[in-house]
Amino acid sequence: MKYMLLMQFSAAGTDFPSIDTWTQDEVRAHIAFMGEVNEKLTAAGEWVDGQGLGGPQQARIVRAGEGGVPVVTEGPFAETKEFLAGFWIVDCESPQRAVELAAHISTAPGPGGRPLNMPIEVHPVMSAPPQEL
Amino acid sequence: MNTDPRIEDLLRELAPQVLGVLSRRFGDFATAEDAVQEALLAAATQWPTEGLPANPRGWLIQVGYRRMIELVRGEQARRRREDLVARQGPGDRQYAPAADEELTAERDDTLVLLFLCCHPALTPTSAVALTLRAVGGLSTSEIARAFLVPEATMAQRISRAKHRIRASGLPFRMPEAAERPDRLIAVRQVLYLIFTEGHTSTAGPDLRRVDLAAEAIRLARALHTLLPDDSESAGLLALMVLTEARGPSRTGPSGELISLADQDRSRWDATAIAEGVALVTQALPRGPVGPYQVQAAIAALHDEAPSTQLTDWPQILALYEVLERLVGSPVVALNRAVATAMVHGPAAGLAALDALTHDPHLAGHHRLAAARAHLHEMAGDQAQAIADYRAAAARASSRPEQLYLTMRAARLASGSKGDPPAAAKP
Repeated sequence: MKYMLLMQFSAAGTDFPSIDTWTQDEVRAHIAFMGEVNEKLTAAGEWVDGQGLGGPQQARIVRAGEGGVPVVTEGPFAETKEFLAGFWIVDCESPQRAVELAAHISTAPGPGGRPLNMPIEVHPVMSAPPQEL
Repeated sequence: MNTDPRIEDLLRELAPQVLGVLSRRFGDFATAEDAVQEALLAAATQWPTEGLPANPRGWLIQVGYRRMIELVRGEQARRRREDLVARQGPGDRQYAPAADEELTAERDDTLVLLFLCCHPALTPTSAVALTLRAVGGLSTSEIARAFLVPEATMAQRISRAKHRIRASGLPFRMPEAAERPDRLIAVRQVLYLIFTEGHTSTAGPDLRRVDLAAEAIRLARALHTLLPDDSESAGLLALMVLTEARGPSRTGPSGELISLADQDRSRWDATAIAEGVALVTQALPRGPVGPYQVQAAIAALHDEAPSTQLTDWPQILALYEVLERLVGSPVVALNRAVATAMVHGPAAGLAALDALTHDPHLAGHHRLAAARAHLHEMAGDQAQAIADYRAAAARASSRPEQLYLTMRAARLASGSKGDPPAAAKP
């Protein structure tokens, strides 16, 4: 079963300052943690894909305008309370396991080494039909 | 690599035999597996240019054997092997068969491999991967492609499975007689799991189409050949063949499901149906009757019927009652309720479904809502049917099923009567 884990940075649900105010060691510890997560997933045979995403200032919102011409707006804007920071796609045995993985990712260290407890969305990836239909 | 498909088929057939010989001789499945993979790779690169050797099996054993010696010579491997030998005690490795073994040994080896790969210490996904590689002879990249995961992930999964088998200290031989029935149940489950996974692949222009359903049928056929008197293994093969016979008509152009009632029956594979029916007809009276045989019998009744209306629903209902006694799963109870509706009318079916509402496995499950939607539609209660179809679609975890349910709701909502009520879902 495949699951997509979305790492949402949420100003509402957390109390940590923005990452550009962290010390270098704090940032390093955070990145090392993410590296370990990915290694563990690979070693367990559960890794499908995973990427960190650029910050909200680099993200664009695109809509089709007249004649399908792309209309681009910047955003999500700085005042946005939540933005997508990264994602994983994992292939694991059960929904419980996906939740476990998400909980582990949520403990990524922030300032002072404290776990960030950021919210991780767990979405099942739609599959092919079951045989018995 | 653009290998001749005939060579590929030959390699796949020989792979488990060679693995069996090497594992038995060295008593080390994990290392033998590595050696065999390298021998297969050598064959896949050399044979197309240099031609087939006179004795392909002997060639592979030779190359694998040499590689095995090299691997075992390594300091670490030696230590591991000493541990392994110590754990196994004497006696076990006394039996060193000649290079050219009898056919019976090959057949036994394949069965031992199946038992080994479907080891209870492995998770089902690991057992599936290992079975496909060791018994099916598929490459890691082919298995990875079939399951839509990166090759490195699949390689890791397989190597962990091998480590686990090694850690369990199981020697390469048939499990004790007392253990065998349980292990055989696991073997059948793993093969059926491969089969059910088979619908995902709409393989592209790859080296060889990794069609998991076809691979599962090939392996189930091998199991049936190895154990011709085992009626449940015959039942499993029959179930797969009878289900696959309807395969191409089960989905529409956009991948949406087509319910049994709406399928074009002229597109069903008559040869496969005849084979499946013959298999289950022979197996059933031989007994003991297990769930795969009963499911195959139900599939046979559907496959042989010219239409939903002319389907032998009383017989199907009776078989679901047998199946429910055998396995007692809520999904079976749900199917029985639908068959009840086909025999005794939608009200009786809905009453049977109501009895299932409090089952913790079914509460909130999209199948329950979908079945209820079908029966409400059958009873002519359109508003309730639409609501139930939508509720089911919202919960469905398979895209084709979700599309089917959404379209069903949309069709009713737009007022078109559509086709005859499609309550006929087995």
